[in-house]
Amino acid sequence: MTSPMTLSDALPGRAIASHIRIGRLPPASAVIPCLFLVLLILAAIEPRLFTAANPLAIAPREAFQPPGPAHLFGTDQSGRDIFTRVIYGARQSLLLGVGAVAVSMTLAIALGLIGGLGGRITQRAVGWTLDVLFSFPTLILALLFASHLGNGIGPLIIATGIGNVPGYARMVLGQVVSARHAGYVEAARALGHSPARIIRRHILPNAMRPLIVTVTMGIGQAIVWSSALSFLGLGAKPPAAEWGTMLSMGRDFVQRAWWVTFFPGLFIVLTTLSTTMVGRYLQRRLEGRLP
Amino acid sequence: MTEATVRPALVVEGLAVTLGRGVHRRRVVSDVSFTVAPGKAVALVGESGSGKSVTARSLVGLAGDGADVTARALRYGNIDLSALDERAWRRLRGKDIGFVLQDALVSLDPLRVVGDEIAEALAAHGWGTAASRKRRVLELLDSVGIPEPELRARQRPDQLSGGLRQRALIATALALDPPILIADEPTTALDTTVQAQILALLETIKQRGTGLLIISHDLAVVSRIADEVVVLNHGEAMEQGPTAEVLSRPRHAYTRLLINSVPGARPRKPRAAPATTETVLEADGLVKSYVGPDGVDRVAVDDVGFALKAGRTIGIVGESGSGKSTTARIALGLLDPDHGAVRFDGAPWAGSGEARVRERDRRRQRPHLGVVYQDPLSSFDPRWTVAEILGDALDAGGVPAAEHATRIGELLERVRLPVETAGRRPLQLSGGQRQRIAIARSLAASPKVIVCDEPVSALDVSVQAQVLELLDELQRETGVAYLFISHDLGVIRQVSDEVLVMFGGRVVERGPTEEVLGNPQHLFTQKLVAAIPAHVAGLDAVGASLPG
Repeated sequence: MTSPMTLSDALPGRAIASHIRIGRLPPASAVIPCLFLVLLILAAIEPRLFTAANPLAIAPREAFQPPGPAHLFGTDQSGRDIFTRVIYGARQSLLLGVGAVAVSMTLAIALGLIGGLGGRITQRAVGWTLDVLFSFPTLILALLFASHLGNGIGPLIIATGIGNVPGYARMVLGQVVSARHAGYVEAARALGHSPARIIRRHILPNAMRPLIVTVTMGIGQAIVWSSALSFLGLGAKPPAAEWGTMLSMGRDFVQRAWWVTFFPGLFIVLTTLSTTMVGRYLQRRLEGRLP
Repeated sequence: MTEATVRPALVVEGLAVTLGRGVHRRRVVSDVSFTVAPGKAVALVGESGSGKSVTARSLVGLAGDGADVTARALRYGNIDLSALDERAWRRLRGKDIGFVLQDALVSLDPLRVVGDEIAEALAAHGWGTAASRKRRVLELLDSVGIPEPELRARQRPDQLSGGLRQRALIATALALDPPILIADEPTTALDTTVQAQILALLETIKQRGTGLLIISHDLAVVSRIADEVVVLNHGEAMEQGPTAEVLSRPRHAYTRLLINSVPGARPRKPRAAPATTETVLEADGLVKSYVGPDGVDRVAVDDVGFALKAGRTIGIVGESGSGKSTTARIALGLLDPDHGAVRFDGAPWAGSGEARVRERDRRRQRPHLGVVYQDPLSSFDPRWTVAEILGDALDAGGVPAAEHATRIGELLERVRLPVETAGRRPLQLSGGQRQRIAIARSLAASPKVIVCDEPVSALDVSVQAQVLELLDELQRETGVAYLFISHDLGVIRQVSDEVLVMFGGRVVERGPTEEVLGNPQHLFTQKLVAAIPAHVAGLDAVGASLPG
């Protein structure tokens, strides 16, 4: 069996924990990323709140305009406004992040529960399956599925999601196994509760609780992976306003027009950073209150 | 022993320690004074939070970051300890004052063989050459009573038993033959018979002229070795003086409480025979073996049986690995025996082969067989409040949800907890309160039997006494029967009508408690009896003279 990995193993650092209890307000390191994510979600719901332009409208005469008052983030090779495209890309990227995590968590929880609650043989089979999947780097695994499923956002979500399954499944498995052997599970058995009730009321909630943090951080991670797939030409087709695709479209002009790649890249970084910081804040909060 | 007379003493006068930062800063030790003279032993006794460990650590300059240690006098021989800097402390530690840390398993480097660990203590002070250090290590291991020192010196801590680890740790502290040795809880977490061996070793060290400072929560341990005792409570010395005097004529109420709480100091109060003599839990010829890590079958429980009658208590006593907890798990129906059978409330409860009972058939009866564990905290779902924990148990017993609120109130009252406790989480409660919640949970469905697996082992003595008292009252009120597992014969003596002594998976002796204790037949039982506090000089008289 793999030893159950806890989040505190994965992410050290509770130095800021003392801030949380002193004041009511969360620290700036949590508030600012939250604000950024809220703005991003608004952009995803209604991009016209931020820009009036059309993300796909071409204006060849205005190609490669550097960032300025007319075009905040400059324009690309066909004269499309990059700021507008980045804003419109938020919907796709968030959808990708949330969707991919939903796909991977669904599969990971299913595998983790089967492995963690099944008999000795089932447990071993799941363990081996995960070991085999683990031997492929996430991106390779995602590439494998993306190349089979074809282009577009749906396949991209599924491919990115599956690519992340081994990591999540191993964590769920560890949590389920440790919850299964916890004293309160035996105490519940001794009270005469049925296995179904014990799984529902003790094992599931206790195994899932630490995963809240993982899921939050996972969204940012999934955006990076799916952008990578798009960059490799396996995601959304150009000229779709998707951050990874935009990176890919701009790579030939990096020397001449840095802004074409810089701004989509910046937003990928900021989004990932924000989800990670919010995730770590949640982690400290939950760890502070739980044994 | 001419050398002993010139050995310096450790003098502590008016020691005060302040710990913590900001709003948490508080004084944990105030105005504590004592002198550790060569060839004498002083004991600091107190319960958790009494400041005894902090006191000990301050004497070797290890009180910790942010600790403020002050004293009217803090002297070792002619050296003023309060003026030492870290480098001077390092020269002193080990060479002049040896320190035995509390937990041998975590205090020894798990990746290093024991011989190297001790040799390093020597090398750190530039003692001898590599070859002479090697000889000294073997000599030390031999002197602390470790058999086959050549072999043991090459083993890692995890390859040694608890008793040998503790000896190795003491050997490390003794490496440079320090005139003063401080031992923090040297016998805690050791089996009773091993405890007696370590105490004998400390006694020898004392007689060789070393001054001992023993830190312990256990008055019984202290009474066997200390010449002087300091009773600490909330960082203050409640009482101090020669051991025999303090134990036989305690002046302070807290000392009396501590002495009175020592389990087994008094035999069980006599009580009327229960109305019924119905056998509620019966085990016959239980056998259980496990496959060990080396692939060899190990018999954990070998031909164990008992018959528990309503309203009575059977105590099972034994050391770690004696099979007592396995017996408890089989009795609870959480583990199927390889042979033998258990009957609960007149019906088959557990068995093997043909007689195996399906979990499905047991489930309806389970609420009537309660359980209380050693570590209550881990037996509660960390997300739940006390009300949810008790509500869940009531649910299991088929109590309709509408009655939960009143019943939870009743249960809390029964275990003498305020009703406000219902809204709190176990994490916010003290050890004793948690154990009361665990007892309340086991009572939820009016059980016929409660299996108590080391229910007071993790508690301070005074809390231990309260919990045992509560169990006793509940038995008289409700007529519940207990199967009581403990490593502590003193505890068993206080609660049991009948006792089973287990050794190596077998029952080596059984019978009415006072008979077994009064006239132990088996060698192991004799050792256990010899180690219980009631038979320790000084406490015997106290136990008898104390009012019920």
